[in-house]
Amino acid sequence: MTAETILFYVFAGLAVISALGMVLNTRNTVASALSLVVTMVSLGAIYLLLEAYLVAALQIMVYGGAIVVLFLFVVMLLNLSTDEFPPGRQRLIKSAFVIAGVAILIQILIAMGNDPLFATPPEAVPEGYGGYRQVGIQLYTDYVLLVEMASLLLLAAIVGALILAKRKID
Amino acid sequence: MPIEPIIKILFIFSVMVMGLAPIITWIERKQSAVMQDRIGANRADLNGITILGLLHPAADVIKLMMKEDMVPEGANRVMHMLSPLIAAVPAIMAFAVIPFGGVYVFGDTTLNLVGADIDWGLLYIFVLGSIAAYGNVVAGWSSNNNWSMLGGLRASAQMISYEVTMGLTIVGIFMVFQTLRLSDMALAQDTSFRVLGFLDVHFGLNWAWIDWIRLPAWGIIYQPLGFLMFLTAVMAENKRPPFDLPEGESEIIAGYHLEYSGMRFGLFFMSEFIEIILIAALTTTLFLGGWAVPWLSTETIINGISSVMGTGFATGLCILIHFVSFLLKVIFMIWVQMLIRWSLPRFRYDQVMSLCWKILLPLSIANIFVTGAVLLWVKG
Amino acid sequence: MLPMDHVIALSAILFTIGVLGVATRRNLIVILMSIELMLNAVNLAFVGFNRIWSQTDGVAAIDGQIFVLMVIAVAASEVAVGLGILLAMFRNRDSVNVEEVNLLKW
Repeated sequence: MTAETILFYVFAGLAVISALGMVLNTRNTVASALSLVVTMVSLGAIYLLLEAYLVAALQIMVYGGAIVVLFLFVVMLLNLSTDEFPPGRQRLIKSAFVIAGVAILIQILIAMGNDPLFATPPEAVPEGYGGYRQVGIQLYTDYVLLVEMASLLLLAAIVGALILAKRKID
Repeated sequence: MPIEPIIKILFIFSVMVMGLAPIITWIERKQSAVMQDRIGANRADLNGITILGLLHPAADVIKLMMKEDMVPEGANRVMHMLSPLIAAVPAIMAFAVIPFGGVYVFGDTTLNLVGADIDWGLLYIFVLGSIAAYGNVVAGWSSNNNWSMLGGLRASAQMISYEVTMGLTIVGIFMVFQTLRLSDMALAQDTSFRVLGFLDVHFGLNWAWIDWIRLPAWGIIYQPLGFLMFLTAVMAENKRPPFDLPEGESEIIAGYHLEYSGMRFGLFFMSEFIEIILIAALTTTLFLGGWAVPWLSTETIINGISSVMGTGFATGLCILIHFVSFLLKVIFMIWVQMLIRWSLPRFRYDQVMSLCWKILLPLSIANIFVTGAVLLWVKG
Repeated sequence: MLPMDHVIALSAILFTIGVLGVATRRNLIVILMSIELMLNAVNLAFVGFNRIWSQTDGVAAIDGQIFVLMVIAVAASEVAVGLGILLAMFRNRDSVNVEEVNLLKW
C-alpha cells in the first residue's frame, strides 16, 4: 500500500463518518453543518489525490468556504441550533426508504465489483491534467455556452434569493 | 529521509511565525504609543533591564500560560477547545507557498527557497483563508453566549463577503503575470522596464538616456488599484480595526473570543498577528517584487560579486541579500497595516458591507476589464 | 495509484447517505445539506471517472472536471434559493419543519 492509498482510505473514512454524523445528528443543526464541512474538506483532499487540483481548491473554497458558512449563518441568524421536532407520522414510509436505499447501494457495489473497468489501474495522467490552465482553456473554448448558461443561472438565483428573503417587496 | 524540506519548514516556522509574531505585538504597542504621544511598553524588566520593552511578549506568554483555561457552562466543550486551532493552523500553513528567495544554482545542486513550490499556490492560500473563517464562527457558536454568537454571525457574513472580493481584486495580477505559482510571480518581478521605452519602439528615437529611466517591474506598478483594493480586502478578512466588527468591544463586548481565556485566547490573538505577517508577505510577493532588489536583478548581483569573490560565495551572499530585501519589505507592509489600524476608527456594519459589495466588487470587475483590454492592446 | 473502484464506491455510499437524509429528516436545513452531499457524491464520481479516462491521444481530457465546476455553480444557486425559501418559511410558520408545509398537499 502506498502512502496515497492510505491517505485515501483515511479521508474516505472521515467523509463517510462525518456524512453519517450530519444525517443522524437530530439534536444540533450547527453540529450537522460542521460535520458537512469535514465531508467537504475530505472530499477536497481526495480530489487532490486524484490529481484534480483546481477542482480540489474550488471544492474547499466554494463548498467549505461559502456554501456551508451560508448555512451556518442562516442557522445562527434564525437561532435554530436546537432541532427537536415531535416524531413524525410517516415512520413506515421512511423505514422503507432506508431499506430500499441500502439495498440499491449494495447492488451497485456488487455490480461494480464485477466490472472489468476497474480491473486495471488507470494510466499516469498527461501533462497539464487538472491544472487551472487546461481547465480554463477548455472552459472558454469548447464549453463557453455552458459558462454563459451557468452565469444566467447564478443571476436568476441571486434575483430569486433576494425576492424570497426580502421582508417587504416594494 | 529528505532533509531539505524539514530545514525549510523549521526556518519558515522559526523566523516568520515564532520569530516575527511576538515582535509584532511589541511593534503594535510601540506604534500606538508613538501615535498617541505616549512612551509605550517599557515596564517588563529583568533586574531593571527592559530592552525598549522587548520583554513584554515573553511576559505576555507567561501570563497567558498561567491563566485558568475556562470553558463556560453549557458550551460545546470539543468545539470550544478546537476553534482557536482552526483559526491559527491555516494561517501558519499558508506560509508554505510563500517564496522567501529565488532559485539558486550551486554547481550541480539547485536550491529553491520556497516551502512547497506548487502550481496553484495562490489558490492554496485562498483555500486556507476560507477554512480559517470557521475558527471564528465556531468559537462564536460554541461559547453559548449571545454576544459571542453575534460576533460569530458578523464574522461569517464579513468573511464570505470579503473572500469573493479578495479573489476578484487579484485577478488582474494573474492576468499580468500569467501564472498562479507564487515563485514564478516573484521571479517575474525580478527585473525592471524602461518607462519611456515606447519612444524607442514606436517612434524610433533611440536616445541613450531612455535606457536609464527604469522602474522595477513590480505588481504595484502594473496594478496600483488592484494593490489598494487587495490590501483593503485582506485587512477586512483579518478582522482588525477598522474592520473589527466581529470583536467590536463597545458593541458586543469582545465578540467571538469573549468566552476565551488563557492560551486559547492567546491563540486567537496570535492567529491575528500571524495573519498580519501573512498579509504582508503575500502583498510583498504579489505587488512589491517579493525577494527582488529593485533595479538589481539576480544576475547583476551574482555577476557583480563573483567577479571579486567567486561564484559560490556570490550566490550565498545573493541569497542573504534577497532574504533581507524580502524581510524589509514584509516589515514595511506590517508597519503600513499598523498605521492604518491606529489611524482609522471602526466602520459601521452596513458601511463594511456596502464597501465590499458596492465599491470594491464593481471596481475590481472594472479593473479586470481594463487590465484585459490593455493586455490585449499591448500583447496583441 | 488509488483503487478507482473504491473511489466510485465511496461516491455511491455518500449519495445513499444523502438520499436517506432527504428521506428521513424533517429539518429543512438538514435536507438542503443532504442535497449538497448528494451533489458532492456526484462530483466525486465525475472526478473519479475523469481520472480513469484522463486522456485522448496523449492530450489531457478534463470534461469531467468541467462538469464538476458546473455542478458547483448549480449547487451555489440552489443553496441561495433554498435558504431564501427557508427564511420565508421561517417568517411565516416560525419553524423549519417540512411537515408543517402542507398547504399544497391536497
